[in-house]
Amino acid sequence: MTVLLEVESLGKRFGGVTAVDDCSFGVPEGSVTALVGPNGSGKTTAFNLITGYARPDSGSVRFAGASIRRPDPVRLARRGLTRTFQQARVFADLTLVQNLVAALQQPWWAAVRRAVRPHERTRALELLEQFGLSALAEERAGNLSYGQKKLLEFATVLMGEPQLVLLDEPTAGVNPVLVEQIEERIRDLNSRGLTFLVVEHNMNLVMRLCDPVVVLDHGTKLAEGRPDDVRNDPRVLDAYLGG
Amino acid sequence: MSRATAASLVRGGAFAAAGIAFPFVVHAAWIVNIGVLTLMYATLATAWNLFSGYTGYISLGQVAFFGLGAYTLGISFEHFGIGSGYNPLFALPLVGAGVALASLPVAWIALRTRHMTFAIVTLTLLFVVQQLAFNLHSLTYDRPFYLAMLALLLTALAVCWIVLRSKLGLMLLAIREDEEKARGLGVRVTGAKLVAWWLSIAITAMAGGVWAYYLTFIYPESAVDPLVMIGAVLMTFLGGRGTLWGPAIGAFVLVPAQQYLLTRLGASELYLVGYSAVFMVVLLVLPRGILPSLRDAIERTRERRRTHGKRITRREAAA
Repeated sequence: MTVLLEVESLGKRFGGVTAVDDCSFGVPEGSVTALVGPNGSGKTTAFNLITGYARPDSGSVRFAGASIRRPDPVRLARRGLTRTFQQARVFADLTLVQNLVAALQQPWWAAVRRAVRPHERTRALELLEQFGLSALAEERAGNLSYGQKKLLEFATVLMGEPQLVLLDEPTAGVNPVLVEQIEERIRDLNSRGLTFLVVEHNMNLVMRLCDPVVVLDHGTKLAEGRPDDVRNDPRVLDAYLGG
Repeated sequence: MSRATAASLVRGGAFAAAGIAFPFVVHAAWIVNIGVLTLMYATLATAWNLFSGYTGYISLGQVAFFGLGAYTLGISFEHFGIGSGYNPLFALPLVGAGVALASLPVAWIALRTRHMTFAIVTLTLLFVVQQLAFNLHSLTYDRPFYLAMLALLLTALAVCWIVLRSKLGLMLLAIREDEEKARGLGVRVTGAKLVAWWLSIAITAMAGGVWAYYLTFIYPESAVDPLVMIGAVLMTFLGGRGTLWGPAIGAFVLVPAQQYLLTRLGASELYLVGYSAVFMVVLLVLPRGILPSLRDAIERTRERRRTHGKRITRREAAA
């Protein structure tokens, strides 16, 4: 199995705090890889470093076989690596359809075209249908519930037809029915070849859904492997329970 | 053509017709002069809205380019002998395009900052240009131009309308809503902001050119006046930031009010109190700006009527 994303000895310090420290792991192509760890273990910082929202002090990231020298969110998204945010970020004043169409990657000369063209609307409506949001297509995204915003954000990143999606706590603060729906979406998309890297605190979900599982603690990789092996690793139990 | 498009075109056409007819119907020179001032502010506010209203980047330096436009036109008078009458106005698009192009490197640097920092950085721009202008000589030429200013306002509105309907408009709104997220989706945010900036500055500089020609003289204090900037920003907020007609409406309310109060109460400083009173009242009654607040009110009434209608049918069904 080829490795789609390869993180090598990544490091990041904020003042005196070391957020990510000599961290290395890989995301196999076609997998749903989990990135777990106690609060403050550097998961979100790792996400930010990989996607170009923060600049690493050391280390390197390779995506789809190419080394990424100066990670930039715009360029990475256009190469097929995109992400969601922990707090369910949507374009609140735009409609759901506009939210999705804004995420379509266009050549620069397309900027003069109509904002939402008919085939783009069709495409957006199809995705909204899959996420059970089609009844709200023309609603302002700001009027959605938190869970619906999470779904919308998930749908939005799919518009650009990415190769790898980084989900930052996709089910945090979401009711059980929606959790099931999100899990189902991930499985379905994964079966059609999309690779995921997921930060998640819901351990039951991680154990059901993800393979491999990468455990971070204090910014460093503690364990990496199949869910069962990781679950029984004494160092992992220590990190979660012993502190 | 969709019904919404047709409605927009009709609105725009009616506005243009009324605007053109105005100086032919009204002969009092002082009223037409207020018209020129109103159109100038409406143009500035619309241009400001095109960049700051849609992207959420509050620029306080736009008037620096208003002044640069004024000086560029003035200086080309002295050196190239463009002539008089309408001739200089044909040079305007060149002035606008040129000034806007020259502003791009500055914008590129300024746009690396956000929020308050961006506002302050652009504000310093204003004072830099004003300082430069103090070192130039004052210039003189001839004739007022209501129609040129109207043409400019119509151009500004048309540009805004086209931008709002395009992918560029969608990109700008996405940037205003959440720029970080937009970047993560692959939206080319820097390019979109620079294009909006360029359009906005081009219109602003052209307005500066017409203004200089109209006044027949320019001083640094008048060409690069912070109060002009603040006026345009206030009008945009008053009319409705990020809407098509809002900034122009704001100007059409505030400028005549200001001029009226100035003539009635001009001897004392009381007119300033009256001016701010107009502003306070509108903000108290219509806090989001005239257009968005009115739109909300209309929607609420419609909603109430609809639910009211439903209740009746339900009662009828029960009976």
